[in-house]
Amino acid sequence: MKRICLTVVGLYFLFLHAFSQVETKDTSTFKPRKLTFDEANLVSSYYTQNGDHSAIQGGIGSEKVTDLANGLDLKWVAWDAKQRKNSLTAGMGVDHHTAASQAWISKTGASRRTDGLRLYPSLDWTRENEQKGSSIGAGLYYSNEFNYKSVGLNAGVTQKTKNNGEFGLKASAYFDQVTLILPSEFEPAGAYRIGNNGEERHPNYGSSPRQTYTASFSFSQVINSRLQGSLLLDLVEQHGYLGLPFHRVYFTDGTDSIEKLPANRFKLPIGLRLNYFFGDNVILRGYYRYYLDNWGLRSHTASLEASVKLTPFFSVTPFYRYYTQTAADYFAAYEQHLKTDGYYSSNYALAAFNSSYFGAGIRLAPPKGIFDSHLKMLELRYGHYTQSTDLVSDVISLNLQFK
Amino acid sequence: MKKKNVGFAGRAVVATGMAVAVTLLFAACSPVKEYQKNRLNDSEMSLSNRKVEKNELNFQSYREGSSGANGGKTGGGCGCN
Repeated sequence: MKRICLTVVGLYFLFLHAFSQVETKDTSTFKPRKLTFDEANLVSSYYTQNGDHSAIQGGIGSEKVTDLANGLDLKWVAWDAKQRKNSLTAGMGVDHHTAASQAWISKTGASRRTDGLRLYPSLDWTRENEQKGSSIGAGLYYSNEFNYKSVGLNAGVTQKTKNNGEFGLKASAYFDQVTLILPSEFEPAGAYRIGNNGEERHPNYGSSPRQTYTASFSFSQVINSRLQGSLLLDLVEQHGYLGLPFHRVYFTDGTDSIEKLPANRFKLPIGLRLNYFFGDNVILRGYYRYYLDNWGLRSHTASLEASVKLTPFFSVTPFYRYYTQTAADYFAAYEQHLKTDGYYSSNYALAAFNSSYFGAGIRLAPPKGIFDSHLKMLELRYGHYTQSTDLVSDVISLNLQFK
Repeated sequence: MKKKNVGFAGRAVVATGMAVAVTLLFAACSPVKEYQKNRLNDSEMSLSNRKVEKNELNFQSYREGSSGANGGKTGGGCGCN
């Protein structure tokens, strides 16, 4: 009898326990169906440079430039009925630059416009299917500055492999219009007038098209528990007006003309990244790129960053980048081109040179945000750049991430 | 001084072939289980550029003759190249 009662009491408590279990909702994997704000990124940079090989003056003259570049990206996410993650990113960029050489679009250095503003909005969408390990995406881009307009489109897909790898393929196209602002001595007679208030007056400038088509291939692979790498390859084809109409060239006889470059350019850059987690606190990020094009330019780029984690949420990252290029076939320095040359440019971006770029950054990303705020990550980075052409520049950049 | 683009196609074929070879090498790596990926999942181990580098890449493409294969500009979109 006692045994039966104990058994009944035991069964009773067992049933009580079963009904006492309250079903709680697991919110850790909550996936919103409506577009929900995910994160915002603000990136601002201040850039300053100086040099003595302005393309506007045919390879001589000041290259003093300052540029304040700002970009804000806002990202929203939503999951659809098939549990695929959709992300929508709206971006807006605003750059303001000053350039001493712009004054020399006028032969006498009297051009009033020595600054410029560029606005460039963008919209990108991606859909990720975690079950299949694939994603698709598309994007739109627009850029507007005084002497240049651009519309861009892109589309891409990625696919993970069974062995911790991922293939990517992206196609993009830019359809640009180069405003034909000529050096003053080449403007048609009567085009350059002084208005009633002493201001420069020009009729509407003409424009010439430029198109750029790019196919980008990528493959990334986890190599072991500390090392992963990726290979990137772009095929780039450009058509149209590929120079700038206010770049001068001076020939050996002292006369000048406007830069003349071929109407097509094919580029092939190939890049390799390797990231290695060294010990418990250091991440090494290496990069190498080989580049060649059908203008005869070849280059090598190599860089190394060492991110030292002083705490799990604070790191310091010194870096160094080395770059070397051969001259393009159509480049020659001031008064070195022959009048019989078919194509000619004195833009030192196409010259033979080496460069070094070094600096350091800091990154702060505590799990609860900086001072427990929506500011989740702060990254500040400074770099100093020198070219063997005596061009020198400095840039400081800030990235703030809000969630 | 001009030089012909002799060998551009040859160099392009060799470079692409090396890229394919590296891809095949990557694909032969040993498997890593999910619980072994704690270091790989660190945000600074990401194989993409840092967002803070975005404008730096643009400034480099303005001053240098080459671009691309780094997630940045390959051409077009601005009056710089």
